[in-house]
Amino acid sequence: MSETEVKTNPQGDPITSVAAPSSAAKKDPHAEAKRQKIVTPEYMFHEAPRTKEFITGSEAAKEAIRRSNVDLAIAYPITPQSETMQLVGVLYGEGYVKEYYRGEEEVGVMAAIAGGSRAGVRCYTATAGPGTLRGLEGIASWPGHRLPVVAMFTCRVVNAPLAIQPDNIEVSYLLNCGMIVFHAENQQDMFDFTMAGFTISEMNDVTLPVGVCCDGFFVTHARGYVRMQDRGIKLPPREAWRGAVPVLDAENPPARLSRDAPVQKSNFMAYNIHAVWQQEVWAAVERSRKYIDRYMGGLLTAENVDDAEVIIVASGSAAAQSREAVRLCKEKGMKVGLIKVRSLRPFPTKELRELCAKAKLIVVPEFNYVGWLAKEVATAIYGFSKAKIIGGPRVYGGQSMPVELIVDEVESGVSGKKSTNVAMSQIMGGAVNADEVAHFMRSI
Amino acid sequence: MAKRFNIRMAGVGGQGVVTGSHILSTAVINAGGESTIVPFYGSEKRMAPVESYVRVSDEAIYEIGEITFPHIIIIFHPQVITHGKSYTMPFYFGLKEDGIALINNDGPMKLHRDQTAELAERRAKLYYFPATKISLDVAGMDLATNMALMGCIGAITGLTNMLGLEQAVKDRFLGKGFVVSGGTAALDSVVERKFKKKQELIDKNVAVMRAGWNYAVDHGWASPDVKRVEEPAAAATA
Repeated sequence: MSETEVKTNPQGDPITSVAAPSSAAKKDPHAEAKRQKIVTPEYMFHEAPRTKEFITGSEAAKEAIRRSNVDLAIAYPITPQSETMQLVGVLYGEGYVKEYYRGEEEVGVMAAIAGGSRAGVRCYTATAGPGTLRGLEGIASWPGHRLPVVAMFTCRVVNAPLAIQPDNIEVSYLLNCGMIVFHAENQQDMFDFTMAGFTISEMNDVTLPVGVCCDGFFVTHARGYVRMQDRGIKLPPREAWRGAVPVLDAENPPARLSRDAPVQKSNFMAYNIHAVWQQEVWAAVERSRKYIDRYMGGLLTAENVDDAEVIIVASGSAAAQSREAVRLCKEKGMKVGLIKVRSLRPFPTKELRELCAKAKLIVVPEFNYVGWLAKEVATAIYGFSKAKIIGGPRVYGGQSMPVELIVDEVESGVSGKKSTNVAMSQIMGGAVNADEVAHFMRSI
Repeated sequence: MAKRFNIRMAGVGGQGVVTGSHILSTAVINAGGESTIVPFYGSEKRMAPVESYVRVSDEAIYEIGEITFPHIIIIFHPQVITHGKSYTMPFYFGLKEDGIALINNDGPMKLHRDQTAELAERRAKLYYFPATKISLDVAGMDLATNMALMGCIGAITGLTNMLGLEQAVKDRFLGKGFVVSGGTAALDSVVERKFKKKQELIDKNVAVMRAGWNYAVDHGWASPDVKRVEEPAAAATA
């Protein structure tokens, strides 16, 4: 290309995002990426030395992709995720990601990711809020087709009135897809969960997509300390030939994609096949537990829960706020434990039953209106704990949860004083006063 | 127990509320502490409301987002109170019991009796601090108002020192990882033109900061272990 020639896109706009070719020394922009050494997941996650940096959540995701040997990344912009996929585009320029393009919209992106994964390559994409819901048709089909993928969801408001602010209600839609779902508290989690996600997703007895969720802005646009392995090492490539499902050969569709789809016939065979697929998917979700334990150190983390009468159970940004609530409670002389749920699918049911067995009060703060985590917790420990469960406090539409609200719920829960922040209908478990519930039900 | 302050700063566009919060945050980290900052503003224009939230501590900070219940509020401009130029009304909303309100004004302001009563109820300490006057006296311009306030709050919290503050100012003007908005960048060049060279600008800003620091010590607002600083904290080498 001569110096005067301007490179344009099909619409005729000049392309400015590509660095101007330098007439000086021809440096291979992919040189550093080519020098990356492959290491085992065991070395990567457990042994490789790490150094600490102060970076944003989007940058943390980028650094995870740099070390994850990704073949295909597809971007489509939506706040607050746009920056993340833009940074992955930089990695493409540097040769760390083999293919990268901007999709038409989320339906197309999720379909193309499915195609990429089916063809046997390692795929990554990210979206948020309304983008997640637009892409959900495709996303919900990934697990049934047994497609290993990692998708990041930087949660934001989806309901009216619409906003770009963090609110993690979209997680509740992902929970029933059959995919593995992690919830990152901070920038470090973004980094760790994304990399571990690829490894777990491609395990032969898992072969499922992994969704890494975080609360937008609080994590994506804020800086935090992230301990990272050297950028000169990366995970082994995807070995699709070892996968549980054959790589797609368009000439010879495998039985799963048979041309005469059984789902179109409402007969016993169709119902049976559907049941088998669903059973397989959810059994695979169950089988991922051991890998989450191995590569992420467990489905949850627990602090100070031994003989604690009060336990806060939280995920995502609510876990960050809860850490501070635990500190404030300690200053007030109250011993409060904290359980941070990292994996929502599979859900740490067994762990919660053990840890909450002796608790008298469980507080579940959330950054959404419906309280999906409180319902999960209550369902998990039903019959295994007599604790009163306060499904709150909750904030929505992007509000930051004041730590003091969590402390209030702990205090009122312990004293039996009525809470002004949490509706009666969201108080569950053993210690509920039946008369008060009846009164509440009559008055709504 | 961790020494921890959640600080809500409210001012108007052009005063350097966000810049001030960056400098305080960096200064606390320079002194070995921990800090996070969340700026909050609408359209970038002079005299429009601006808020910035700074958390400072001697221990790790996990909390994210806006600060609803601050230990300290800093009012950069009396119009925040008199004209309601704030995202948070009244200006002391959410102030914790025994909290501090550091207000930039030449003397005590006449507040509505209800507000006075509410502030008394939560045992708020009202510190009226002539930051703009100090900036004019020491630097010959009002644009270092934020520096006076940051010097003052540095002494009140006791989580940083003049060395840390001075280094933060240097980082700010000599460029080290600071990302500023378009409006702030334009204002920077105005500030820089007022001085012959950047060193003079840094020296003046630090002098205003030191005056604010000493004002806090002289009025008994400072943290018990904080002392007056007479000489430049470090030899000027920039």
